[in-house]
Amino acid sequence: MYAVRLWSVRQARLLESAYAGIERALKRLHPLLDQIGYARLEKPVAAVERMAKGFLFDCQMCGQCALSSTGMSCPMNCPKSLRNGPCGGVRPGGFCEVTPAMRCVWDQAYAGSQRMRRGATIGQPLKPIDNRLWGRSSWLAVARGEHQRMDPAP
Amino acid sequence: MSTASLNPEVGDPSAAYPILPGHSSGGRLERLLREGRFAVTAELNPPDSADPREVYERALVLSEVVDAINATDASGANVHMSSVGICSLLTRAGYAVVMQISCRDRNRIAIQGDVLGAAAMGVANILCLTGDGVQAGDQPGAKPVFDLDSTALLDTIRTMRDGGKFLSGRKITVPPRVFLGAAENPFVPPYDFRPQRLAKKVAAGAQFIQTQYCFDLPLLERFMSRVRDLGLDRRCFILVGVGPLASAKAARWMRSNVPGIHIPDAVIDRLEKAKNQKAEGKAICVEMIQRVREMPGVAGVHVMAYRQEEFVSEIIQASGVLANRRRRLVQGAAS
Repeated sequence: MYAVRLWSVRQARLLESAYAGIERALKRLHPLLDQIGYARLEKPVAAVERMAKGFLFDCQMCGQCALSSTGMSCPMNCPKSLRNGPCGGVRPGGFCEVTPAMRCVWDQAYAGSQRMRRGATIGQPLKPIDNRLWGRSSWLAVARGEHQRMDPAP
Repeated sequence: MSTASLNPEVGDPSAAYPILPGHSSGGRLERLLREGRFAVTAELNPPDSADPREVYERALVLSEVVDAINATDASGANVHMSSVGICSLLTRAGYAVVMQISCRDRNRIAIQGDVLGAAAMGVANILCLTGDGVQAGDQPGAKPVFDLDSTALLDTIRTMRDGGKFLSGRKITVPPRVFLGAAENPFVPPYDFRPQRLAKKVAAGAQFIQTQYCFDLPLLERFMSRVRDLGLDRRCFILVGVGPLASAKAARWMRSNVPGIHIPDAVIDRLEKAKNQKAEGKAICVEMIQRVREMPGVAGVHVMAYRQEEFVSEIIQASGVLANRRRRLVQGAAS
């Protein structure tokens, strides 16, 4: 939901801490998750992730979550799917070029990053998206230690 | 500088200039910028036609005063002759070009192939753009692609050039030797993020920058002062976008219909009060070039004269930025 999405950006610092906690927990759970089987977990975990992140961030389930380096503003809500910053068409007041009623996702991302402890990661270029991962759980990828996929370009 | 003498086989686009040590390309634009000269580039308005003469006529009027000609890639999301097509014609005639690539219309497979083809034709400069949204143009029902964004595109082409590999990791036998450019728009929000976004593009491989139209010097100064603080003006060459406004009415139209164009009311008032609005528009552009030239960290100007390219030569001559350069032709074959 749009209003919740804007709220999440305002709470970027709180959500950053929560996310860091979830990440640590997921990594610790890896042996257990591995035993249950990641393939078996994929569908239910992705469903929970879609609900939680859909509510908070209007998450599009790109499967390679970059929220912690985009000020807790999901870049996949940008009509141009920009993952590295705003385009040159941002309207006065910080509104979207394509959808003028919506605040620019990257104007929001910058505001969110200013509130975060590790907000400076917004300055690191992200690799192009892997379109095979749509709909898959980013949380399980983090648990498996595969989150390098969203790490910055060398 | 006698550019023609640099190329032993003028007129043969396949005979590239030797690539100097530390240079990425064999292009004239990179050489000039690295020599510390104030560079001038200009946009060619692409024809809605299959006639090559329309491209050559437009290039000819620019060639006297520009160091490279930008071939736009469906700018404003309007269909015109493609940038690849225009570059093919212009490189064949020996012109220095900046090939624009927008992420809006093609995916990574098409783009990487175009980069190889462009380099093979003699394109030495590539400008990586995100592209205006399809809603802005004449085909609003088109599917927007945006497989890559401009930063990822820079990183992709740099990997092809310096790593000799496609995005997939597959090897390229002869990598494309191109000078990489990106756009920046210091005149739209989020203003404070713009210098950092530039830094990100430089980190991803941008070596020169062409900005959106500048009609607001204080905003440019604010941007440039931060850029200088970050040392970015020493890591890339910044060409500021300028252009003549045809009239107050045209300025208002651009402001509300072309994405990313910021024109302060004071500029429109000045045009409105002028007896001859067209002449005033040119005078504003000349003044802007002169002011921008004095700004530390600015390496050149990029002239975008939408449907007014016949005035580019006059504007550049009047600005005096080429005063210490011998008059010459950008077209090696013709000098």
